Amino acid sequence: MVEPPSILVEELVKRFGSFTAVDRVSFRIAGGEIFGLLGPNGSGKSTIIRMLCGLLTPTAGRASVVGFNVAKEPEEVRRHIGYMSQKFSLYDDLRVIENLEFFAGLYGVKGTLFKERIGWALEMAGLKGSEALLTGELAGGWKQRLALGCAVLHRPRVVFLDEPTAGVDPLSRRRFWELIHQMSADGVTVLVTTHYMDEAEYCNRLALIDAGRIVAGGSPSEIKRTAIRGDLLLVECAPLGRGLELIKRQPGVLDAAVFGAALHVVVTAAERARIELAAALASAGVEASRIEPIAPSLEDAFVALTGGHPGGSERAQ
Amino acid sequence: MNWRRTVAIGRKEFIQVRRDPRSLLIAVLLPLIQILLLGYGARLDADHIPVYVYDQEASQNSQALLKHFQASRYFDVIKVVDNYPALVRAIDADRCKLGVIIPWDFSRRLDDAHRTQVQALVDGTDDNSAQLAVGYAQAVVGAYSDDIQLQWFALKGISQQATQPLSVDYRTWFNEELESKNFIIPGTIALVMALMGALLSSLTIAREWERGTMEQLIATPATATEIMMGKLLPYFVIGLFDAALCTAFAVGWFAVPFRGSLGTLFFTTGLFLVVILGIGYMISVATKSQLGASQYALLVTLLPTSMLSGFAFPIDQMPAPIRAITYVVYSRYYVSALKGIFLAGSGVRDLAPEIAAMAVYAGVIVFFATRAFRKSLR
Amino acid sequence: MNDAVVKVDRLTKHFAGRPVVEDLSFAVRRGEILGLVGPDGAGKTTTLRILAGVLPADSGAARVADQDVIRDPEAVKSRISYMAQRFGLYEDLTVDENIRFYAELFEVAAAVREQRARELLAACGMTPFQRRLAGQLSGGMKRKLGLVCALIHTPQILLLDEPTTGVDPVSRRELWSILYSLVFQGVTVLISTAYFDEAERCHRLLLLHRGRLLFCGTPAELKGKLPGAVLSLASSEPRRLRAALAGADGVLSAMAMGDALHVVVDDPARRIPELREQLGAAGLGFGDITTMGATVEDVFAYMVSRQEAERGR
Repeated sequence: MVEPPSILVEELVKRFGSFTAVDRVSFRIAGGEIFGLLGPNGSGKSTIIRMLCGLLTPTAGRASVVGFNVAKEPEEVRRHIGYMSQKFSLYDDLRVIENLEFFAGLYGVKGTLFKERIGWALEMAGLKGSEALLTGELAGGWKQRLALGCAVLHRPRVVFLDEPTAGVDPLSRRRFWELIHQMSADGVTVLVTTHYMDEAEYCNRLALIDAGRIVAGGSPSEIKRTAIRGDLLLVECAPLGRGLELIKRQPGVLDAAVFGAALHVVVTAAERARIELAAALASAGVEASRIEPIAPSLEDAFVALTGGHPGGSERAQ
Repeated sequence: MNWRRTVAIGRKEFIQVRRDPRSLLIAVLLPLIQILLLGYGARLDADHIPVYVYDQEASQNSQALLKHFQASRYFDVIKVVDNYPALVRAIDADRCKLGVIIPWDFSRRLDDAHRTQVQALVDGTDDNSAQLAVGYAQAVVGAYSDDIQLQWFALKGISQQATQPLSVDYRTWFNEELESKNFIIPGTIALVMALMGALLSSLTIAREWERGTMEQLIATPATATEIMMGKLLPYFVIGLFDAALCTAFAVGWFAVPFRGSLGTLFFTTGLFLVVILGIGYMISVATKSQLGASQYALLVTLLPTSMLSGFAFPIDQMPAPIRAITYVVYSRYYVSALKGIFLAGSGVRDLAPEIAAMAVYAGVIVFFATRAFRKSLR
Repeated sequence: MNDAVVKVDRLTKHFAGRPVVEDLSFAVRRGEILGLVGPDGAGKTTTLRILAGVLPADSGAARVADQDVIRDPEAVKSRISYMAQRFGLYEDLTVDENIRFYAELFEVAAAVREQRARELLAACGMTPFQRRLAGQLSGGMKRKLGLVCALIHTPQILLLDEPTTGVDPVSRRELWSILYSLVFQGVTVLISTAYFDEAERCHRLLLLHRGRLLFCGTPAELKGKLPGAVLSLASSEPRRLRAALAGADGVLSAMAMGDALHVVVDDPARRIPELREQLGAAGLGFGDITTMGATVEDVFAYMVSRQEAERGR
């Protein structure tokens, strides 16, 4: 028997007046999966999350979370989800323990479970012994783990994370994702929305979203492999500016741009282009110290998929 | 000071006011609403005040005085009673607002000393209309004879001030039609200027902080003085426009006489605007939030201007300590100037004390305002 | 450095008793892109604000464009351009009105302004939006308009505070391509970012953490700081792989990603066969093993953890 999906989204549409924020989006997420919605600000990610939390009613289509229809049973849905936003909706003027107690009360965690879950959250966030600190005094990484603790006090089966680690230092971020992978191993489904390419690499599966539509889906490595038509070359040469001008005019070059002290060049075929570019640069007196293929990043993939229209997600508002 | 940068800031500010419905409301609609409300308010309670009379003497002289009351459109003599309790009962039962008692020796004292007294009892529950009633009664009595003194008492809601005999002084009024609107409407312009000027200018710096544009602005070569001047310039122009608008309404709609010159009006208004805009600007610099700034602005402008400037409540009728306070209320000088310009046709020379006072205020405020804002994030 | 256009010496700034920038020294050469890289709270914004003359420092010296910004913060303002994190666009002004406002504050002649605005708007693909209110632009467009306003007076030094935060990848690339073209013209750029992947686009980096300098040098030099190499083991169960490799010889650290395990090893040539063998013996399947270039984030995490370990000792 196939396990029913934890989150099921079918042909979901949301319009605000004449503006289509979400345009026939479909995906399914299995229990315990970490699924990422990757897209720039204003691409429709938060609108999707709000519909899945039962905060917005879809214009058309269907969505269910752990078997409950988000439009018809929003209360049931909310009992089974945890939500952590980028802004960490913690009270800075409350102590760590007071924030936990507040959210535990809010979620109706009662009796012996109350102490137990709060203890668990403190342990998980690494805040044991810091219960009496004011939340506002915590550093970013601790605050973020406290926010996660508050969001999962009631043992939700699905957790929504909205840009959870933007701007957090890499060590804290790694600790945070470690926790998320742990929760996922325990069967919790995680839906992450982010515009942050680095964050997307931690997801099992991704949907790239642009202007309200899903433009690509798959695991991070699948997306990187398939999104770019052609190969990516790194070219180091001097002077860089002349090299760029020259390369842009070469046949077989799809795109070329400065990247730090080098050039990133998209070509139709890597092996042939390496030889041709080296020859072209040499004959023009541009010294090329390095031309080699590199693996495209998620950002390269994203740009290739949405770059057809300059400005990416620029739409009439 | 670089004029080009100042004008650039001023133009930007003006565009923002034009595109912000709330600012437009304050700049254009609020003055109109104020002048209409206060103009009509001043008119409506002003005529056909019901009067009871207890004429103890019933002589030719007392009859003549009563005729003056009867003839005035401000009073209706409803009934003449023959005892004091009946008069008091009538006021208590709200059958009349004013009771006039003509003493038994009215004529004799008038003949002997050319001085006599008439007693007036007023319903003091509505302080404003009581004052108006007393004011009109004074005028009516005065029209009969300059030598009759009016003694008045408030019956209900007796206040300290109501038990004091009034001395009558007409000449400061220059309002022979005895219309309170002529007295109130010029002062309304001060209220409009104070409210509009302080509200708009108090938002100007706070808005930049709240919207996060301030950091960028202080990273430009524009100096603090240029920022201040540029930001206040549009409100100065709007203020003069509002003054013209209110004057047009006062004269055209409410038929308030305008005997002075427009030059004097705009000159004193300009001085007053410097004071008001400077205050609003300093509030804005200090609070950094639009909500806080507008609340402070209301507190320091609306309150003193409506209560202590002599705009509606004559300063010389205030108790001495409060009268002393009014000397530091910047708007009293402008109100006084406005009344002079409208009703007495006063020129710059006549208004020298008021202008001097406002100039001192303007100097002090400009001195502090230019130092209030520092081009730094902390 | 003789051709330094920005020179910072022992700069320090405290807020509420806590150091936000501590004893920071560096120099920037003409025509280079220097990245201030670090997480929130690293001191990036504070440093840029001090250099832009909008925030006083507690101690230390800073010269920008031959001006002492500590002593005379106003003198530097007409010579540089600073773009704050929340760039000060007036949302109720149109694109054109915003440009004109900033141009006049910097006393740019009208004819020069029009010419330059035309070029800059075209480079950003924003020509059709000239009459649109700034508030109705997308996030990426707003940043580009911010950059246009910042460039309207042809500054020789640009200070940009997180110009790409929250911007879509396509707009981000456009912003960077504009920066590169400026650098070709000799403009110097100081740019801060919390995105570690973006650090690789800079010529040189200042890696900042809690107000202190961790590293200063080129991205390539930085990566040389990481001992060993990063391997990526494709797998749908990275956590199980990691458990199996716990304590293995030569494995310095391991991080579970979405569909791979990232392992830092001391000597890839020697360890790759060992890892294959070990995982095979544990009965765990996995796909390709690829050697990845270390990322700036990898090095940052390594440096901070080493620092914390030293402090713990």
